[in-house]
Amino acid sequence: MTQSIENHAGLDDEKLQEIYQTMWTIRYFDEKVDQFFAKGMIHGTTHLAVGQEASAAGSGAVLKKTDWITATHRGHGHTIAKGTDVKPMMAELFGRQTGTNKGKGGSMHIAELANGNLGANAIVGGGYAIATGAALTSKMRNEGKVALAYAGDGSTNEGSFHESLNLASIWDLPVVFFIENNFYGMSGPVVEMMNIPHISDRAASYGIPGITINGNDIIEVINATYDAVERARRGEGPTLIEALTYRWKGHSKSDAKKYRTKEEEKEWKTNKDPIKLARKRFIDAGVFTEEKADELQNSARLSIEEAVKFAEESPITDISELYTDVYSD
Amino acid sequence: MREITYLEAIREAMSEQMRENPDVYIMGEDIGIYGGGFGVTRGMYEEFGGERVRNTPISEAAISGAAIGSAITGMRPIFELQFSDFITIALDNIVNQAGKIRYMYGGKAQIPLVMRTPSGSGTGAAAQHSQSLENITAHIPGLKVIQPATAYDAKGLLHSAIEDNNPVMFYEHKLCYKTSSDVPEGKYLIPIGVADIKREGTDISIVATGIMVHKALEAAEILAKDGINIEVVDPRTLVPLDKETIIKSVIKTGKAIIVTEAVKRSGFSAELASVIAESESFDFLDAPIIRLAGKEIPIPYQPELEKLAVPQVDDIVAAARNMMKKN
Repeated sequence: MTQSIENHAGLDDEKLQEIYQTMWTIRYFDEKVDQFFAKGMIHGTTHLAVGQEASAAGSGAVLKKTDWITATHRGHGHTIAKGTDVKPMMAELFGRQTGTNKGKGGSMHIAELANGNLGANAIVGGGYAIATGAALTSKMRNEGKVALAYAGDGSTNEGSFHESLNLASIWDLPVVFFIENNFYGMSGPVVEMMNIPHISDRAASYGIPGITINGNDIIEVINATYDAVERARRGEGPTLIEALTYRWKGHSKSDAKKYRTKEEEKEWKTNKDPIKLARKRFIDAGVFTEEKADELQNSARLSIEEAVKFAEESPITDISELYTDVYSD
Repeated sequence: MREITYLEAIREAMSEQMRENPDVYIMGEDIGIYGGGFGVTRGMYEEFGGERVRNTPISEAAISGAAIGSAITGMRPIFELQFSDFITIALDNIVNQAGKIRYMYGGKAQIPLVMRTPSGSGTGAAAQHSQSLENITAHIPGLKVIQPATAYDAKGLLHSAIEDNNPVMFYEHKLCYKTSSDVPEGKYLIPIGVADIKREGTDISIVATGIMVHKALEAAEILAKDGINIEVVDPRTLVPLDKETIIKSVIKTGKAIIVTEAVKRSGFSAELASVIAESESFDFLDAPIIRLAGKEIPIPYQPELEKLAVPQVDDIVAAARNMMKKN
């Protein structure tokens, strides 16, 4: 076991290689989805996390399978990082019976409870209280599980954010609130929507730690998430993490991105690409060679091609499913 | 059998469930030492402690969402909403999460939670503490909705609600809390979705919900002196609704009066009328269906106005007499 890059979670090179591959899996998945939308092969809407791969892959890597997450409407990355197979995910977007949700949820509702994913949520801020409740279960049953709620910057202006942080704090619940601050809530620049410098400053109001990190630095994400998760597991309560990142694509497929400049986009794509940064850092440190990096990237690409094949070959959700699953027995 | 109040019956059902199943717990505002806004949980904190009788901050959005998160991960939470009017604050979670998650996830999740809440007018608490909003949740697929009128029904239905694997909205009328009836000790289950004929009769079927069941029964006694024989049908659960019992009753009597406290326009009274109108019982009607329901106004404070805002016994008596006169 070699550990070429020191990190709080003690992840060895093999694990870091997996994380690197996960980042590519997330990117290829969302780029493929983007193409399919453009071709009209997937309907509805979609929210892509291209450019935000490090925050999902790094945080997901320090969670156990038995830990819980709630994902956002931009949740493909969170779901992949938590360990859900890309085949049923792609099948879900294609509306197939083999989809994670039998084709009844689509992009914004992908869930896999067996893998600790309590679901992506299309209600902005919808995951905060649900994750808080999952953490409450863990605490009441002494299960040692942690719940991590992914959310975007815009959702921190919702009441559910404030109420949930307060509730989790007073009950010392094992929950981590992980904000991906990509600087825009749809078209609303975060600086116009709040009057404090950092979202993490809000933690002070609830008596919990708050930290702002470079969300495109995979090691920084791993370290901050690990510290927060361990604090939660020790019974010391929640942490608010603000990971600064950037979505390369628009909010959703209808977005012409008039609210930001080409220069800004270029800067993030050229100099702050989380995958490019990880590749350089990992090669420099000896985590993997150039060849190995290409091999991991290629494996990720192949897994998405297989996922597309699986989705295309799967039967569409049967009409007999229309009335099933409304109520539980 | 012993007689206990509706309020005590609800507390008994929760306590019996909590003694039997460690996954059942209750959370809400002031439900701890205070015993809840209406005293329903009084004594429960002392028996079960603060871990299972969880006093919450005034945060309806967080409480309702946390109940869902805890239910989906294996617990069976009951959350007490202090007044049903506040459901609007919790409604995002109830409507957009609790009611939909199972379907959206292709059946791979269940949300066994109960939301209990006092509703209705008659206490002088005015517009923001007196509404009957049960129709809002009855409209949403994925939720079950219960509205018990008697102590016996409240206990048996609450036991069933807590053991149900779906989100169940449980509306308790404030004026019912002090009413009492024969209630067995220990657990018994009244199935969700089975109506109850509260009084058998042959002339008019009165389908009444919640507190209106009591008013209908009182009206029936008065009408009996006129020789008018009223049948009182209490659906007890709005979702699922026992249409069959209602339809059978109307076929028998040929006349239907519907009495609910909620505002008439777009209220559950409209649903009940439609069930009758759309069924085979329509052919047996020998008079138009009458709906008595809340006026299209917020509940006023002044006691006389408050009474006028919702159906009273005299209104039911007058409607029934009128209906009989026309035939």
